[in-house]
Amino acid sequence: MMRVPVTDYTLVSALGAGRAATRSALAEGCSGLAQHAFETVALETWIGQVPGVDAVRLPAVLGDYDCRNNRLAQLGLDSDGFAASVNAARARYGADRIGVFLGTSTSGILQTELAYRRRDPRSGALPGDFRYGQTHNTYSLADFVRNAFALQGPSAVVSTACSSSAKVFGAASRMIGLGLIDAALVGGVDSLCLTTLYGFNSLELLATDICRPWDAERHGLSLGEAAAFALLEREGAQVKAWLLGVGESSDGHHMSSPHPQGAGAVDAMRAALADAGLEAAAVGYLNLHGTATPNNDAAEDLAVHQVFGARVPCSSTKGATGHTLGAAGAVEALIAMLALEMQLIPGGLNRRVPDPELRCRYVDRSTPARLRIVASNSFGFGGSNACLIFGAAA
Amino acid sequence: MSDSLAVSVLGIGLAGPGLAGWQRSRDVLRDASRWNRAPTELAAPLLLQPAERRRAGAMVKLSLAVADEASAGIDRQRLATVFSASTGESANCHALCETLATPERLVSPTRFTNSVHNACAGYWHIATQSRARSTSLCGRDASFGAGLLEAAVQCVTGGEPVLLVASDVPYPEPLHGSRPLPDAFGVALLLGARADDNVPRLEVRLIDAPATPCDDAGLEALRTAIPAARSLPLLAALARRASARLVIEYLGPPQLEVRVTGA
Repeated sequence: MMRVPVTDYTLVSALGAGRAATRSALAEGCSGLAQHAFETVALETWIGQVPGVDAVRLPAVLGDYDCRNNRLAQLGLDSDGFAASVNAARARYGADRIGVFLGTSTSGILQTELAYRRRDPRSGALPGDFRYGQTHNTYSLADFVRNAFALQGPSAVVSTACSSSAKVFGAASRMIGLGLIDAALVGGVDSLCLTTLYGFNSLELLATDICRPWDAERHGLSLGEAAAFALLEREGAQVKAWLLGVGESSDGHHMSSPHPQGAGAVDAMRAALADAGLEAAAVGYLNLHGTATPNNDAAEDLAVHQVFGARVPCSSTKGATGHTLGAAGAVEALIAMLALEMQLIPGGLNRRVPDPELRCRYVDRSTPARLRIVASNSFGFGGSNACLIFGAAA
Repeated sequence: MSDSLAVSVLGIGLAGPGLAGWQRSRDVLRDASRWNRAPTELAAPLLLQPAERRRAGAMVKLSLAVADEASAGIDRQRLATVFSASTGESANCHALCETLATPERLVSPTRFTNSVHNACAGYWHIATQSRARSTSLCGRDASFGAGLLEAAVQCVTGGEPVLLVASDVPYPEPLHGSRPLPDAFGVALLLGARADDNVPRLEVRLIDAPATPCDDAGLEALRTAIPAARSLPLLAALARRASARLVIEYLGPPQLEVRVTGA
């Protein structure tokens, strides 16, 4: 592919709102995970909750979109002056020349979960204030963001579970490459809800302890929530990083377990390298999917070792943010870009005992490094894999 | 740099009310007076292993049936796919929300696994043992347009065939009251990059214009009621094997202009 300029980006996660808060948390090795109480959830688990989401107010004309997921999206758009960058792009290219491609897995489903507790006792109907299309529906997120900026270009939500918001970088860059659009607002937002907390618990994939990626005694994931946005442009005067390659593949193996040898993951990483025209050795840091479930980390380690050997430094930052599901791809793409900006390999947190079976060069402590090219892995239920490669601005 | 995307239609799959398969529906779509509204038939997904077949809901059945019809006879192991749907597995979603409203919240792990929007894609790639790339989109009412655009973009960019599968199934109550779809509708288009005199060619372009309606009032009601049925004017043109210029509803604006030629 042609390289695509990333001209601005921002993120809000349990590590804080905006790039500066995220940078300092990554540099200092702070985790945003805590044993929070979320809603009425009665599960022993650690959560990467974003503070202040409940207090966010959407613009009055977009009131129908009000739900936790869109409030979190609003918080993201308000960070680091990102909204001003989108408005400047609209002024430069025109509203019809900017695409909106966002990833989410559960969108505003929390709104429906809550509405099901308020059903009419006689008819069973949902309450009159429930807005399916603007909250629950998977497209709600992109619809909200597109309306917030009055954009009129092509738009879709990618919902491929935990690879969703990595894949939007591919969708947007293909359209920019073909000249269908001049710029795209990409990213992902996923917010805490009962479906995922109780769902991962039912699969026995939710850790009771804090999640410990790449640890010998890892027992599962900690869930988080986040909003992450980036602006891709056909050309940019102020380039923050370059999108160099996108690789996508399927496992074709199982709905909720990865291919045991990571065959689909290998395909995605190799496709990304081929797309970027790079050898594996060119990559200076790889942000792992690293969910901290026993099977996921084992399969990813085999796959990464097959493509990158034991030389490329890698880490999972889910010990810091939690697994933000449909937002994880964009969150970790942005962390990879922050690594380039900071010239720092972010350490993977919470590992006590390295798993002797895992052979990748896993980095525990944040370490200064000369980074030119970085990569980020994202893998999801249904066997959906994506790998993104970014290059330093200059 | 051209502003239109040129792709060939190598295969079609269809399942909708009174539209039981593309092969059996071509005559009906050529002459809508022959259309009799009947509930959409959902076949058991024989492509799946018995264990997965048991877990398959209406969305998976519908999506796999149309995908199977559109891609019969080609190498599916290397076939990239674009799935697009305005909802996921709707009955499954309802059951999860009901369970979460009970004090015990005993969520079924199978229901949770099947709740992902890309469940159909996952089952298809398992069934066809395909590690090819796949995406799953939602555009609410614009889902068919979003899928057609993405599939055409991937086809032109990659130079290889791409299978588009757009499907929707109705919710049970009470969600049906908030999002009423009259029935299930699924359509699959196998798109190819190379021009071939024996198959229809589409030129897809972003445009700001009113969507082309269906000639028949019954089919037009279907088109406006189910997102995947926004494909009906295109399917009718393909059934007639005549050149046509259509506007397929997408986000209004933009819409998709589709010029159909050949075959």
